[in-house]
Amino acid sequence: MQPFKTHSGVAVPLNRVNIDTDAIIPKQFLRKIEKIGFGKHLFHEWRYSDYEGTKENPDFILNQDPYRKATVLLARDNFGCGSSREHAPWALGDFGFKLIIAPSFADIFYNNCVKNGILLAQLKSEEVDAIFAYVEKNKGAAISADLPSQTVTAGGKTYSFQIDAFNKECLLKGLDGIGWTMQFEDKIATYEDKIKDQHPWLSRR
Amino acid sequence: MGKTMFEKIWQDHLVRDSQGDTSLIYIDLHLVHEVTSPQAFAALRENKRTVRCPEKTVATMDHNVSTRTKDIEKVDTNSRLQMDTLAQNCRQFGVLLYDFEHKDQGIVHVIGPEQGLTLPGMTIVCGDSHTATHGAFGSLAFGIGTSEVEHVLATQTLQQSQPKTMLINIDGKLGQGVTSKDIILYIIGQIGTAGGTGYVIEYAGSAIRALSMEARMTICNMSIEAGARAGMIAPDEITFNYIKGRDFAPKDANWDKAVAYWKTLPSETGAKFDRTLDIKAEDIKPMVTWGTSPGQVTSVDGIVPDPDAMKDAVDRTSARNALAYMDLKPGTRILDIKVDKVFIGSCTNGRIEDLRAAALIVKGKWVANGVTAIVVPGSGRVRLQAVKEGLDKIFTDAGFEWRFAGCSMCLGMNDDQLKKGERCASSSNRNFEGRQGPGGRTHLMSPQMAALAALEGKITDIRTLKN
Repeated sequence: MQPFKTHSGVAVPLNRVNIDTDAIIPKQFLRKIEKIGFGKHLFHEWRYSDYEGTKENPDFILNQDPYRKATVLLARDNFGCGSSREHAPWALGDFGFKLIIAPSFADIFYNNCVKNGILLAQLKSEEVDAIFAYVEKNKGAAISADLPSQTVTAGGKTYSFQIDAFNKECLLKGLDGIGWTMQFEDKIATYEDKIKDQHPWLSRR
Repeated sequence: MGKTMFEKIWQDHLVRDSQGDTSLIYIDLHLVHEVTSPQAFAALRENKRTVRCPEKTVATMDHNVSTRTKDIEKVDTNSRLQMDTLAQNCRQFGVLLYDFEHKDQGIVHVIGPEQGLTLPGMTIVCGDSHTATHGAFGSLAFGIGTSEVEHVLATQTLQQSQPKTMLINIDGKLGQGVTSKDIILYIIGQIGTAGGTGYVIEYAGSAIRALSMEARMTICNMSIEAGARAGMIAPDEITFNYIKGRDFAPKDANWDKAVAYWKTLPSETGAKFDRTLDIKAEDIKPMVTWGTSPGQVTSVDGIVPDPDAMKDAVDRTSARNALAYMDLKPGTRILDIKVDKVFIGSCTNGRIEDLRAAALIVKGKWVANGVTAIVVPGSGRVRLQAVKEGLDKIFTDAGFEWRFAGCSMCLGMNDDQLKKGERCASSSNRNFEGRQGPGGRTHLMSPQMAALAALEGKITDIRTLKN
């Protein structure tokens, strides 16, 4: 995983609440066994006017300049709700998004993004309103994020966000979570011995 | 101070307590399916890792299996590739697989409980957001992404920050025709689709205690639609009776030992929850969604709301978008909404009790002209049991299609899909745009109400039926 320290890029506003992972990447594109190549199907239903995805819908904001090159996504409440499909962050990342800002995110989606080096900055509703107003007025304006100081900067204003210390470390170092956990292998083994004794019915076969 | 059921299970599974925010918890049961696992197994191989506990891992094929045929040759190439890949992975790593042709194959959240794999006090994960279903047994069960699937395969643990707890008490007696599906839709309508974000919800109260295991699973299943990763219900005699004698259930001395432990799980008096909500069962009517989010829901005797009358600007915009997509006008009576298709099935409502309840409505009647109705049992076992009871005959005699087990039109990954503009009465869990097929329009409701909509050709109030 690529480490995330700071990022600055064009921000695209998606002014809808409850954008679900079915909208981010519809089911017909989940029938793959690789993690790559999902970006072209991102927001398929909104982005294309035909099922095959050959005709762009000119009304959809990602089909307009300067947003084709957006790397920051500005969204509303409950972004990433619904299905646990990690294909959603794979599609967002493959399109080029590095940073998503919203007042709230769905839990599973949040974890999935951390595992893919995408930073989710949860700001207060009124702060997100202010950033929406700024980017709608200043089309193509860049927004930046600085993970070490846990801040987002837009239009000369700086906003702070909270992040779990462990998630922060994983993002900063581009950590492989499994490698981290394997340091505690002895603890896992001790737990397994204990549970075999206490809850023998859990040892199925 | 007393402990909540969640706290007990959480503490019993801590491998490493939180240093900062994130703990390492042990996973007792890992359920796997064909769509969210191939990349996880591939990464294991790439990094020369293995499955730590194949005996705690169980796989099935459900998301993109055909429900029309058991002939794998007739399945599309991409779906087949995922199914073949899962079969290869299970062979290589020694994981038990209920494959396409297995008699007990079915939806992962139906077969777990049915096989006796799901037990109280367990931690259960699956690369699927409806894993919360298993919480109905008093387990901590939640959905994870593919990276986390890989993590659990390799280490049998997960890095998790401790969620907050919410208690929802539903006391009283449900009215005639009101089901557990209506309870959960009502709750989502009350707290909103993000109301449960960051929480594990425990459902309690006399109305919950009176429910069967199937009905409890329906409620926990849709916790994710309220934003909660997990929902749980304290185990009791109804739970123990459901589990006893199932294939993987504890036997003999282990059974007694297990039950003794399970009895210690329920939340204690005085246990502190971060949020508590009280609901009167009598206030709940049969519920139907009108929009494109499960929170856009009202009672069957209600009307489609007017976005202009909504106070909150975001709600207003979102209701406008939803009504445009659903092709509905404000003020339309729910009872005047006509349907083209009916889907009875899914991990929410594809169990034997759901099929029995729907069959009772359908018996001796006929599907309305122009309506296509399908029944998709949740598993091979559910299907077999239904056939034994003659339910298949009741459905087919009435003009329903009777299918093989799978996720089917709940998410339309196979060829069971709505066409653009079609309107569906569905016993499933999500009414998102395009969920059941691009341009398709979904109204969520109980399987009984969906069955009734098939007969009437429009949404109908089950309470108007005699008996």
